[in-house]
Amino acid sequence: MNILLITEQREGKWNKTSFETLAAAQQLAAEQKGGLRAVVIGKGVLALAEELAASKIDEVLLVEHELLEKYTPDGFSLALKQVIEQVKPDLVLLPHTYQVRDYAPKLAASLGKGMVADCIGYKTEGGKLLFVRQMFQGKTAADVSLQGAAPWFVSFQAGAFRADLVAKGSARAPVKPVTVELKPEQIRTKPLELFREAKQAVDLTQAPIIVAIGRGIKASENIPMAEKLAKLLGGEIAASRPICDEGWLPMERQIGSSGQTVAPKLYLALGISGAIQHVVGMKGSRTIVAINKDQNAPIFEVADFGIVADIFEIIPALTEELEKAK
Amino acid sequence: MNVAVCIKQVPAKDAPLAIAEGSAWIREADIGFEMNEPDRFALEEALRLKEKHGGEVVAISMGPERVKSTIKEALAKGADRGIHVADDKFFQLDPLAAARSLAAAIAREKFDLVLTGLQSDDHGFGQTGVLLAELLRLPHATLIIQIDVADRRMKLKRELEAGWFQWVELPLPAVLSIQSGINKVRYATLKGIMAAKKKEIATIPRESLGVASEMTQRVERIYVPQKTKKTEFLTGTPKEAAAKLVEKLKFEARVI
Repeated sequence: MNILLITEQREGKWNKTSFETLAAAQQLAAEQKGGLRAVVIGKGVLALAEELAASKIDEVLLVEHELLEKYTPDGFSLALKQVIEQVKPDLVLLPHTYQVRDYAPKLAASLGKGMVADCIGYKTEGGKLLFVRQMFQGKTAADVSLQGAAPWFVSFQAGAFRADLVAKGSARAPVKPVTVELKPEQIRTKPLELFREAKQAVDLTQAPIIVAIGRGIKASENIPMAEKLAKLLGGEIAASRPICDEGWLPMERQIGSSGQTVAPKLYLALGISGAIQHVVGMKGSRTIVAINKDQNAPIFEVADFGIVADIFEIIPALTEELEKAK
Repeated sequence: MNVAVCIKQVPAKDAPLAIAEGSAWIREADIGFEMNEPDRFALEEALRLKEKHGGEVVAISMGPERVKSTIKEALAKGADRGIHVADDKFFQLDPLAAARSLAAAIAREKFDLVLTGLQSDDHGFGQTGVLLAELLRLPHATLIIQIDVADRRMKLKRELEAGWFQWVELPLPAVLSIQSGINKVRYATLKGIMAAKKKEIATIPRESLGVASEMTQRVERIYVPQKTKKTEFLTGTPKEAAAKLVEKLKFEARVI
C-alpha cells in the first residue's frame, strides 16, 4: 500500500499536526510494506521540503505555483488532484485541520472518492485495515473500513499520533518538484487578509489551573458560582464552545479545536460532556477532574478523577471544602 | 435571494444512546430526535438573508419519516417550504453518497445559495457542504461567521484555528458551511407554528434520484469506546465527594 502524506504550512510555517500524521504514515507504511511520499504545497516552500526530507520517507514532492501562495479550496484541490493522478497512491493521509476540512472532501470527490475524516487511530483485523473515528460527539467510536478502489483518503485528528515519534531517515530523501497547471479563472475564491482579533486579554495557555464550564451550567446567572471556584483555586475560568456561542463568556475563553489548546496542571471540567472538539484542546492537562451528572459522558474517558453528580450540588460543596482547606 | 438550507435530524442531546443489534447504528426506538445544533445556525442565517434580501428559504432534510418534524420546525421558524429526501436506511450512507443524494435534490431547482451547518452531532463527518459544492460545481467556503452580500458577490469572514480569521470573497451561487455561534437563533412563535401547517413539504424518495451510492467507506461497527485513562470515581454525598476531591488534589495529585 503506497502512501501519500499531504503536509500543511501557512506562510512558510508548519502546521505541527503534519508531523503527527507523518508519524502515522511512517507506521502504516512499515506495516503495510509500502512506499511513503510526502507533499509540501504552496509557494516558496523549498526550505520546508528540505526540512521534511530529513525524515524517514522515500520522496518529498514539492508542489509550487504562483496561485498556491495563498490557500484556496479550488487551487489546492486542482493542484493535488494532478499530483495524485501522477503519483497514484493507494492511501492519501492528511492532518485533520480546518484547512483540510475545507478542501480534502472536495479533492477526494473530484476523483470520485470518499474520505474517512477525523480519525483517532487505526487497527488491523484479519489483514483488514480499519480506521477508528468518533461518532455521536464522542459517545461512541466506529471502526470504518475502506471500500471500492484506491485511492482512499483518511485524515487524522490532532493529538491522535505523537510527532516526537517521527523517524529520521538514514539518508536524506530526494526532493522532487512536481509541475501542476492552474489558471487564475479556475480559482473562484478571492482570499483576502488573514488576521487575529484584538490582542487577547487572557492567555489561558499560561494558566496553571483552569475551571471550565459546559452546557451543564444551564444559564449565565450560574457562571459567577464557577468563577468564584476558579478564583479560589487561583485559576482561570474557561468554557466549551456552546457557552461562548451563547455569549456567556468571551470567545477568548473557549477551549477546544476552534479555541485555545491548554495543558494546565489542573483542569476541572464542570458539566462538560466531552465532545471531541473540546477534548482535543485539554487532554494534555496533567490532572483532569470531571463533574457531570451523566456517568456515560465521554469527558470521563480522559478524567483522572470523576464525580457523577449535579454540578449545582458539587460546586458549593467544593467551594466550602476549599475555603476550609486554606 | 433563494437559499436552500440542509438540516439534519439527530438524536436529542440528552438521549441515552444504546447500540443496536448488529452494532451498525443506535437503537432509535426509545429516544427523541431534534434538529442538529450546527444546522440551527445555518437555518437562522438563511432566514436573516431572506429578511434582508428577499427570496425564499427552502429547508432540505434527508432521512426516514421522522425527519419531517424537523422540517416542520424549520417552517415554523420561517422557512417557506421543505424538501424531504426520504430514505429509511440513510444512516448507512457514506458522506459522498449522502451528499450525492442531497445534491441531486438541490440541482432540481435554482438556488443562489446553499447553506449547511458545520457538522452533524451524530455521524460528525463534517463534509456535506464541501461535497455539495464539488458535486454542484459551485464555489464554497467553510467556517463562516459573517456574510455580507452585494452585487451578486459575498464578502465572508471565516474563523480559522487558534484565534485566526480570514476574509474571502465569493461569487453567487455558492455553498457555505456555517460556523456555530454565527448568530443567535430564534425560537418559533405560535404564529409561525400555525403558519407552518399550510406550508408545503415535498417528499422525494431517495432511490428516485438515481444517484450512485456505491460505498467508499463502511462503518463496520460502532461501540462504546474503551477508556484510555483509569478514572477514579469519588462517591458519597456532595459534601463527601467534594472533601475527597480536595484531599486527592492536595495530597495525591499535588496540584493545589
